Amino acid sequence: MSSIGQENNFSVEMEDIVLRFPGVLANDHVNFTLKRGEIHALLGENGAGKSTLMNVLSGLYRPESGTIKINGKTIIFNSPKDAIASGIGMVHQHFMLVPTLTVTENILLGLDEPKFIMNLPKYNSKIGELQEKYGLKVDPTAKIWQLSVGEQQRVEILKMLYRGVDILILDEPTAVLAPQEIEDLMETMSALVAQGKSIIFISHKLNEVQQVADRLTVLRKGKVTAEGIPVEGLTRTQLAELMVGREVIFRIEKHHKEPGEVVLKVSNLSAENSRGLPAVKDVSFTIREGEILGIAGVAGNGQSELVEAITGLRPCTGSICINGQEVANQSPRAGMKCGMAHIPEDRTGVGTAPNISITGNAIMKNYRQEPISNGWRINYPAADEHASGLKDLYDIQAPSVNTQARKLSGGNLQKLILAREISCDPKLIVAMQPTRGLDVGAIESIQNLLLEQRSNGAAILLLSEELEELFELSDRIAVIYEGELVGQLDADQADLNTVGMMMTGSLRSDE
Amino acid sequence: MKLPFRVQLTRRTEEIPKWLPLATSVGAVVAAFIISGIVLLSIGGDPLRVFGFFFRASFGSWGAFSDIIVKATPLILIGLGCSLAFRMNMINIGAEGQFYMGAFFASLVVLVPLVPMDSPRVLVLSLMGVMGILGGAVYGFIPGFLKAKFNVNEVITTLMLNYVAVFWNNYWIFGKYSDAGFQMTPTFEKVAWLPRLADLAKQYPVFSGITLHLGVVFGLVAAVIIWLILKYSRWGYEINLIGDNPKAAEYAGINIARNMILVMMVSGALAGLAGMSEITGVVHRLQERISTNYGFSGVIVAWLAKLNPFVVILVSILFGALIVAGREIQPSGLSFMIQGTILFLVISSDVLLRYRISIVKRQEEIA
Amino acid sequence: MSFEVILRAGLATGTILIFASLGEILAERSGVMNLGVEGMMLIGAMAAFKVAFTTQNAWLGLLAGILAGGILSLAHGVVTIHFQADQTVSGLSLTFLGTGLALVLGEGLTGKNAAILPKLDIPLLSSIPWFGRIFFSDFNILVYLGYILVPLTWFYIHKTRPGMHLKAVGEKPSAADTLGINVYRLRYIYTFIGGCMAGLAGAAISIAISPGWYSSLTTSGQGWIAIALVIFAHWNPFPVALGGYFFGMLRRFTLDLQGPMTFLGMRNPFFYDHNLVFFLQMTPFILTIIALVWGSSTARRKRRGAPAALGVPYIRGERGL
Repeated sequence: MSSIGQENNFSVEMEDIVLRFPGVLANDHVNFTLKRGEIHALLGENGAGKSTLMNVLSGLYRPESGTIKINGKTIIFNSPKDAIASGIGMVHQHFMLVPTLTVTENILLGLDEPKFIMNLPKYNSKIGELQEKYGLKVDPTAKIWQLSVGEQQRVEILKMLYRGVDILILDEPTAVLAPQEIEDLMETMSALVAQGKSIIFISHKLNEVQQVADRLTVLRKGKVTAEGIPVEGLTRTQLAELMVGREVIFRIEKHHKEPGEVVLKVSNLSAENSRGLPAVKDVSFTIREGEILGIAGVAGNGQSELVEAITGLRPCTGSICINGQEVANQSPRAGMKCGMAHIPEDRTGVGTAPNISITGNAIMKNYRQEPISNGWRINYPAADEHASGLKDLYDIQAPSVNTQARKLSGGNLQKLILAREISCDPKLIVAMQPTRGLDVGAIESIQNLLLEQRSNGAAILLLSEELEELFELSDRIAVIYEGELVGQLDADQADLNTVGMMMTGSLRSDE
Repeated sequence: MKLPFRVQLTRRTEEIPKWLPLATSVGAVVAAFIISGIVLLSIGGDPLRVFGFFFRASFGSWGAFSDIIVKATPLILIGLGCSLAFRMNMINIGAEGQFYMGAFFASLVVLVPLVPMDSPRVLVLSLMGVMGILGGAVYGFIPGFLKAKFNVNEVITTLMLNYVAVFWNNYWIFGKYSDAGFQMTPTFEKVAWLPRLADLAKQYPVFSGITLHLGVVFGLVAAVIIWLILKYSRWGYEINLIGDNPKAAEYAGINIARNMILVMMVSGALAGLAGMSEITGVVHRLQERISTNYGFSGVIVAWLAKLNPFVVILVSILFGALIVAGREIQPSGLSFMIQGTILFLVISSDVLLRYRISIVKRQEEIA
Repeated sequence: MSFEVILRAGLATGTILIFASLGEILAERSGVMNLGVEGMMLIGAMAAFKVAFTTQNAWLGLLAGILAGGILSLAHGVVTIHFQADQTVSGLSLTFLGTGLALVLGEGLTGKNAAILPKLDIPLLSSIPWFGRIFFSDFNILVYLGYILVPLTWFYIHKTRPGMHLKAVGEKPSAADTLGINVYRLRYIYTFIGGCMAGLAGAAISIAISPGWYSSLTTSGQGWIAIALVIFAHWNPFPVALGGYFFGMLRRFTLDLQGPMTFLGMRNPFFYDHNLVFFLQMTPFILTIIALVWGSSTARRKRRGAPAALGVPYIRGERGL
């Protein structure tokens, strides 16, 4: 292993990396190597420590112990700038771009040139040349907020290439892209490697890894379970086992059920986003009792606005009827009174109040009703009883119901939200990204809870960026593209390809 | 050149020890006195003599102590109002203006007059109380409404309204209701005076000259009510929820705009009641400078009390002492400076509650 | 009462607001809202006057005023940038602290005469007919500094590399951090510059434009108006200048309204019932509220305005901005 020839072959060697966060051992003696000119996939579930490890490599965090060698030389990074100087650049999952600045300005940010006064035209053309070389098209004079997610990602890659980076770290780059955009990205990655760059590709999607990567390293709960093994010849099941540590069942039980009466009827719904631009355009659909309507779409195509309009959190035009009752443009309470439950996208920012107890969070929807409330005051003993009932029933892991919500893990927080919403006996559940960022166990239990509600006759509107989840749970699938519903299909007739094409707007089927 | 040590902040994940908030508050007060002492020393003053005088002036006799409680009374009411608003992250620094408006509205009962001045005392005083509350509430409504409707920063609007209220008051006391051209109204009839302990001096000579008036009872009752609201009521739950995460509150179906306005009105009403209590219990007329920056001191009181209604009472007494002594000692800005330092140190010390501070050796190499 | 007199008075007193507002623009653009402008102005005014009085050198006074404001702002910097305290409350406490300190340290200065900064004509420009007489002659030197600083600040923010970094830190500090821009350091620097500018504004009152030390009446709420102007101007220097000069003119206008005169045959009510003057004195504060309502509601409607990270402490590695 230690002959000189082989050492030169590695552009990155990380040995024995340890990093601890309060309460978590994020990287537990991790080893990782990257060969020159390869695409190396870093696999693992959410929270396995992939991003942390790469944040160490890109200089954002300093490890407690362990060494990093770049091209055979031991190096200590104090900041991302040091890492970039050594040729390592990271494209973060949440883009590190300043929305109000132009593409060129974002690329120039933090560099030593221009000296003082900006001469943007000169740099615009310089960046144009770079774009030509790697085939990364984007208008250098556009402001970031005007760009699509795919374009923003290209800006991120350009930003690193402009800095002369040889090693690119892409943190879950496909999570925000539509299938066709993913294809483009894969091509870009191959082109980059052909030009002598090396790429670390973080993902938890097995098919993509199989398609593009040369070798892979798997992390589980902060530890390496497979180090630098070649991708060729591995089966999906083997990969999944390495990630999760047990065999994964890829299907969940779903019984056929005849849907009943129409519960939710949305007609000609339109709404604006926070910038005042149209985000939801003339959307109409219905959901019946015991039916799950899944809405597929690339992030940022109006899903959040659609959900907020339906749940009364955003002004809109058009009609939203729940069991015949009009609730459009009224308060969130109007929907709640009609039996609507809402599992919001942002479980810490919207779904819960971080410094309030589990009890306080559990009664958010029913504190106005007996027995939690009697008249003007809240019966806290009854509230505690209600909360601990939910805690036991849904297996929410916490010391007591007085624990603050912010001390719960993501999965437990989501269970708390689900428990609260289901306990109100909903006729309609609007769920946005209910399983995002959870571990496999939690995903399973959340999905089963939703199916249980379906059997109980609830109508469910499910929005997810995980196509697999949509296909498994939904009775029907609709696709949203640039705020419009471009197609509605029965789940058993829908195939990934059709839905994927609809998601990028290259196909639409009108009912 | 780097120091061999650095200060590291780690977010606390465990429960904060119960004594720590109290300790930081007390520490802030003590440190504020020390810092002020150093400033005094630097300009050639004698801090020990000044603080000694300060202590005697405030706690030297029953009369002096009663003066402190009298000064603490408006602070209690204002501090309670501010705490309530702060719980919802509404920074009401307009208590000064709401205080003046409360005083003005209450005075109208006597000045117009709204009821004949030979009516029973209870009637006159209750009406004045209601008017004071109304005046403050109306004046609290304005910034609350502007914040709820147009997202206007309430800190600036409440502050601007303070200036407006003072000029408004001046117009009436210099112009319409001036007492023979002086910048004050004539002294109110006795029916518009809040009962004082000194009134009992005939039966109990010990009370002679004791200025303590009924207003302090308003403060105590208000503290209990606010405590009940926050601890047990649905509205209190809503206020805490909005304060912790407004988006979650909206999601829970709570009307945030309405609560913003409501909480500002209640906050203003308490300040208005303080204004009423001050003119009926202390000066017995409407005049200039009825407030010695109560509005600002009330903000600091609320913070130092960590928004706890009962602690507000204790802190108000401390600040009452500062104000009483501040009248007597030179330089005159000293009590203001101490108050400012206290607030500054209180909020800086909050970092101790959120973070564990440790001093660690700089690692130049990774082992 | 002539328009020219009001205009010239507005240009002079407006300068005070403009200094403070430009400083606040820079601080807020970096993500630090400092509501302590009033306190920093007052301590700046006091320090400038005290030093100009004891040394009888106005330039030393100016320097002292600027530094006093800057040093006080650093307290805000430590508490909000490092300790991540609430910026609103910290700024508020800075107002109290600055005011209290200024009153204590300024004890006994009232009624004294200090050296003041010179007035001068700008060569060439002042000889332009009318225009030169109105804008470029017989003004305090600081008024001309105001003329220069407004476009300079605009240029700095929008056309230079450090200006771009400033915007990045206030809009998306995490992005700036990953590219090696020191977010904390920049925020300290701009908080300090903001404080220096507020100190300059204070000095502009006490040793230049309306010389003297009148304890807390020296600033009389102008710091707050300066903050409101920043919001009204959507964080841009040119509208701030317009607003500043307008408020300056308003101030003079309300003073002039108190004189004997007739308008369209009507007698001036403010002269005959002097108590009505209190309503005149309210107008700047009411107009500030109106400007603020206008600024805030257009900012909301047009989705522009406040830097995205304004008021949000930056902690490396935590999600958010």
